[in-house]
This record gives sequence, C-alpha cells and structure tokens, in this order.
Amino acid sequence: MSPRFRAGDRVRVRDWFPPGHVRTPYYVRGKQGAIERVCGVFNNPEHLAYDHDDDPKTLYRVRFLQRDVWGSAERPDDTIDIEIYEHWLENL
Amino acid sequence: MTSHPRGIHDLGGLPAGAVDRTEHQNDFWEQRVDALMRALGTLEPPVVRTDELRRAIEGLGAKAYDEMSYYERWIAAIVEILLEKGVITVDELSKKIDEIETREPA
Repeated sequence: MSPRFRAGDRVRVRDWFPPGHVRTPYYVRGKQGAIERVCGVFNNPEHLAYDHDDDPKTLYRVRFLQRDVWGSAERPDDTIDIEIYEHWLENL
Repeated sequence: MTSHPRGIHDLGGLPAGAVDRTEHQNDFWEQRVDALMRALGTLEPPVVRTDELRRAIEGLGAKAYDEMSYYERWIAAIVEILLEKGVITVDELSKKIDEIETREPA
C-alpha cells in the first residue's frame, strides 16, 4: 500500500461527519496542515470498532498551526500534531 | 461552523473547567476491570477490541458518560459488547448480580 502523501505535503482534513465510529477530532475537521511523517499502515479503527479488521489504511502525523485550528490563539505559531488516516485527508 | 452532531466525548476546544491533577490510587475493582479488558483484548482473535471498547463507551449516552467514573464506563461498555456478541447472556449476568447482592458484606 503506497502512501498518497509525503512529509511536507499540505493537506486539508475533510469537513466530514460520517455516521458510525470516528476518531478524527471534531475541532480539526476542515482545517489545513502539513504532513509531518508517514506513520505506517494500520487497520482502520472505524472498522475495528465493529470488530472488522479488514481495512488497512495509511496513517499520517499531521502538523497544524494553532492559529489555523482555532482562528486565534494565545501562541498562534505553536503547533499541534494529530494522527489522521489517509481517507480523512485531501490535497491542498 | 456547523451544526453537525458532536460526540459527548469529543470535547477538544470546548470549555471544560479545571483538570484535576492530583494523584489517586485505583480501587481493587478498577484494577480488576483493567485486567479483564487486557485479557479480553489480547486473546487471538480478541473478544473485545480497544476500538470496540471506545465505540461502546462513546455510545453510553451523554448522561451516563458524564456521570460515570472512568472504570464504570469501561465495565458498562465491556458488558454491552459481551452481551452483543453472545459471550454472556442477560440471564447469566442478572443471576450473578443477584448472587453478589445476597452475599454477606465483606
């Protein structure tokens, strides 16, 4: 399974509210960041939550600026890293 | 931004008051719940997966989620999954609860 994104790529988290079990935090949906690293391939927790280990997906560590997440922030240039699966990310 | 439903557990960025950082000891029953989950999760195949536990905890309902303690949520979720999968039955569970309630206090 070859990763769709590489370290440094700019991405946007899908502004997506699907039914079922979801692990992408609400506050980061629709926000822009950059791939910090490719973490590897893991079973999709959205399927594991229903006992199905049939859906391997590439996981990324994505780095966001605090100001891009919250609009304004006490330290706007601080960053937050969140691990997000590939199907939640789109090219910028 | 949107009016999409937001899980009761998914509160990043919302005001939530001060975080209690005092160290505390877990009760014996809480340690047993933890051990039970480790045992169920490490069988091959797992009887209860970590992601199933999370799904069940997040599905307890807002009132239960807010009022239960950490390990109360765990055991409520484990029970739910074991019932769903037919590992235990409601009858077995209620019989056991009755039995424990009639025991002499320790």
